[in-house]
Amino acid sequence: MKSTLYSLAAVWVLAAGTLPATAAAADEVNLYSARKEELIKPLLDRFTEETGIRVNLVTGKADALLKRLQSEGRNTPADLLITTDAGRLHRARQAGLTQPVESAELQAAVPATYREPSGHWYGLSLRARPIFYARERVNADELTRYEDLADPKWKGRICIRSSGNIYNQSLVASMIAHGGEAQSEAWARGLVANLARTPKGGDRDQIKAAAAGECDLAVANTYYFGGMLAGKDPAQREAASKMAIIWPNQGDRGTHVNVSGAAVTAHARNRENAIRLLEFLVRPESQSWYAEVNYEYPVRAGVAWSALLDQWGTFKADSLNLGQLGINNAKAVMLMDRAGWK
Amino acid sequence: MEIASHAKEKSRTGHRPSLWRAGVLLSALLLALPILVVFGYLFVPAGDVWQHLVDTVLADYLDNSLRLVVGVALGVLLLGIPTAWVTTVYEFPGRRLFEWALLLPLAIPAYIIAYTYTGLLEFAGPVQTLLRELTGWSARDYLLPDVRSLGGAVVMLSLVLYPYVYMMARASFLGQSLSTLEAGRVLGAGPWRVFFHITLPLARPAVVTGLSLALMETLADYGTVQYFGIATFTTGIFRTWFGLDDSAAAAQLAALLMSLVFLLILLEHYSRRRLRFFQTGGRYRHLQRLPLVGIRKWSVFTLCLLPLLFGFLIPSGQLLIWALSIAEETLDLRFLALVGNSLLLAALASLLTLALAIFLGYGRRLYPSRAMTFAVRLSAMGYAIPGTVIAVGVMIPFAWIDNRLDAWLRETLDLSSGLLLSGTLFILLFAYAVRFLAVALQSVESGLARVTPNMDDAARSLGEPPLGVLRKVHLPIMRGALFSALLLVFVDVLKELPATLILRPFNFNTLAVRAYELASDERLADSSVAALTIVAVGVVPVILLSRAVSRSGGRDAESA
Repeated sequence: MKSTLYSLAAVWVLAAGTLPATAAAADEVNLYSARKEELIKPLLDRFTEETGIRVNLVTGKADALLKRLQSEGRNTPADLLITTDAGRLHRARQAGLTQPVESAELQAAVPATYREPSGHWYGLSLRARPIFYARERVNADELTRYEDLADPKWKGRICIRSSGNIYNQSLVASMIAHGGEAQSEAWARGLVANLARTPKGGDRDQIKAAAAGECDLAVANTYYFGGMLAGKDPAQREAASKMAIIWPNQGDRGTHVNVSGAAVTAHARNRENAIRLLEFLVRPESQSWYAEVNYEYPVRAGVAWSALLDQWGTFKADSLNLGQLGINNAKAVMLMDRAGWK
Repeated sequence: MEIASHAKEKSRTGHRPSLWRAGVLLSALLLALPILVVFGYLFVPAGDVWQHLVDTVLADYLDNSLRLVVGVALGVLLLGIPTAWVTTVYEFPGRRLFEWALLLPLAIPAYIIAYTYTGLLEFAGPVQTLLRELTGWSARDYLLPDVRSLGGAVVMLSLVLYPYVYMMARASFLGQSLSTLEAGRVLGAGPWRVFFHITLPLARPAVVTGLSLALMETLADYGTVQYFGIATFTTGIFRTWFGLDDSAAAAQLAALLMSLVFLLILLEHYSRRRLRFFQTGGRYRHLQRLPLVGIRKWSVFTLCLLPLLFGFLIPSGQLLIWALSIAEETLDLRFLALVGNSLLLAALASLLTLALAIFLGYGRRLYPSRAMTFAVRLSAMGYAIPGTVIAVGVMIPFAWIDNRLDAWLRETLDLSSGLLLSGTLFILLFAYAVRFLAVALQSVESGLARVTPNMDDAARSLGEPPLGVLRKVHLPIMRGALFSALLLVFVDVLKELPATLILRPFNFNTLAVRAYELASDERLADSSVAALTIVAVGVVPVILLSRAVSRSGGRDAESA
């Protein structure tokens, strides 16, 4: 009885497990995605509907997917890698996991700062990380730059999540690129001294804490704010309504942005399909989908934003090439360790 | 007698003993592969990153991890032992319900309970809102301790992990020879005196086993500490590995963590070695439970209600409230597929893990030696290691083998085998086995310990080979323990996230993956349907488990 169970199990494992791997020749494209299923699958379904190309998907954390890609080597089934930040794309490129793609359509759609110069990766949507303030207690003109967060007048009034988070790492990496390490470290120390509480929770938690009065300023990505404002939870809607956005550094380098982007893998077997999918993802309809569904900004200029995004107004984004975020990432983490940013 | 039977067996079965031994050692080695991969990184020079860690954050990691472990140890002992004791010896309202219900928190993943309590207790959550409405206070008039703190993490983990101690302690209390307890009573010792002087010392090995499982899981926890912003070894490993992009330094952190775990295991082993008891008599009778009255009755009732209330009823109630608000949007065919995948994985993984645990556990009993013990202990360390580390430790060697095989086939036969092992569910099942072997092995070994060596000898001297003894003597006696092992691994796989996330094949999702994707996007309410389903599916094996525990005491299930 037990042995039949085992053999049944073995047959099932082999059957279920090997099928997708051997079916690589069909008209399909295989995707490793750090974007959650909810935030990519609908677009992929549209792509399949339009082209008849089947998209196979594994979602996961970017770092783990990178490791998987790396250890699978030239036998990897993955054709396309999607991440939610530029740092990981840079790392994939450094590890030789990507290949350059020449495409007039991609180059026309994606501005130069949001893609790798030789075409190893392309940004698909923009994620801005501005400062949020509690309307009741702060005036919008009280601060204008990220650098102001280190000003002692904000002592005990700032909420930001842990330095383990990639968006904080990228923010600091961008500051290193602009102002150097020493200056950024001094800033980080000032910021840590101003924190209202030990960093904990996610971006929404920072906005909620500020709305609740635990602090007056919060740093967070805009799409979380959008998710709170437009979501179903009345408590979150109410919290978000007490907060507003300050676009930092409008007088100089611009507000820090990151991209969710994609790279064709070095050993892609369905290279053409992967490029077609990439091109599909930067088409205007797909681009406005990011804004409607997840309140991200399109990378493509001239694409309509959602009503909510329009309401927040336009802003000048940092024009740093995002590859710099990857280059400076380790430095940023060490700097935050030294500054005591938990 | 002993010598005679061994000599006889050797002459009859040729070199079978060495085959067993080699088989066990080999499988143990294979299961230890991910751990060895991590230790292998120790030989890669770590450069200045290690120095950086020592200068800045290492003390924090150590400090927090130790506090967490000590806190959870106290928590699970305080919640697990008294409840196990009172449900064994007293009669009070709800006792029969508590017997199994106290295991329920086991079905709730730690990160889910953490998210749930955060939602309940945060500023805009129902508790604080009610408080403000009742008192008329505003935000700055009161100060509540924040659940997202080290203390909060200790409470969260204790609430979902105490069932390990409860279960093991209860099985031990039930299995203790009644004559011992009754002798104590007849001599005039009250129940508490009997407890502290007879029962607890006898149950120590079992309690330590439960405790070590709880603590290993604590050390491996990533979801809770990460969400609460506590810097521990686990979060440190990820930060170093991915943030600093230094696998060598991360592996050194992991190796340090594993050394701590190894110390724990040695301690447990030591405590067991000194207390090796085999039940000799077969005289098990109903223990006459002492009926309680008055205030004592209700205080014991409360004692049992509290862990159940906070560890299960409140969090699953909150999940239910969230789930009801969105259920119609989520419940569709795709959701059913998630349930199917989760069940299938859990079933296959638990069978595989149990088979391995029997093989290793029995092999070690047959041929006890230092090398054997070491190999088996090493292979069971996976339980204390974060799932992501295990997953990568599994992926690297298997992908390497796959690629080698593929390259060889390409050269010689001009064929490509692709990723034979690492591209399939096989690797995921293997990773589960590595991660959860300890759970199955603990049950199997405690089951084996119930079989007196005399029985082995008797069967062997009657001409039965080791495998036959296992099948005809051990397995039937151990049925309860094996069933427990199966169910424990089943529930653990159901809850498992990180390894599933990394190693699963294309288009294959589970409930845990679904719950995580939404929860990590800070959409707690949306994740609740999947989370609640994990709990609901996990409750069934947990109830079966508690029955197995009642039976494993050597008595029939309560019929009265």
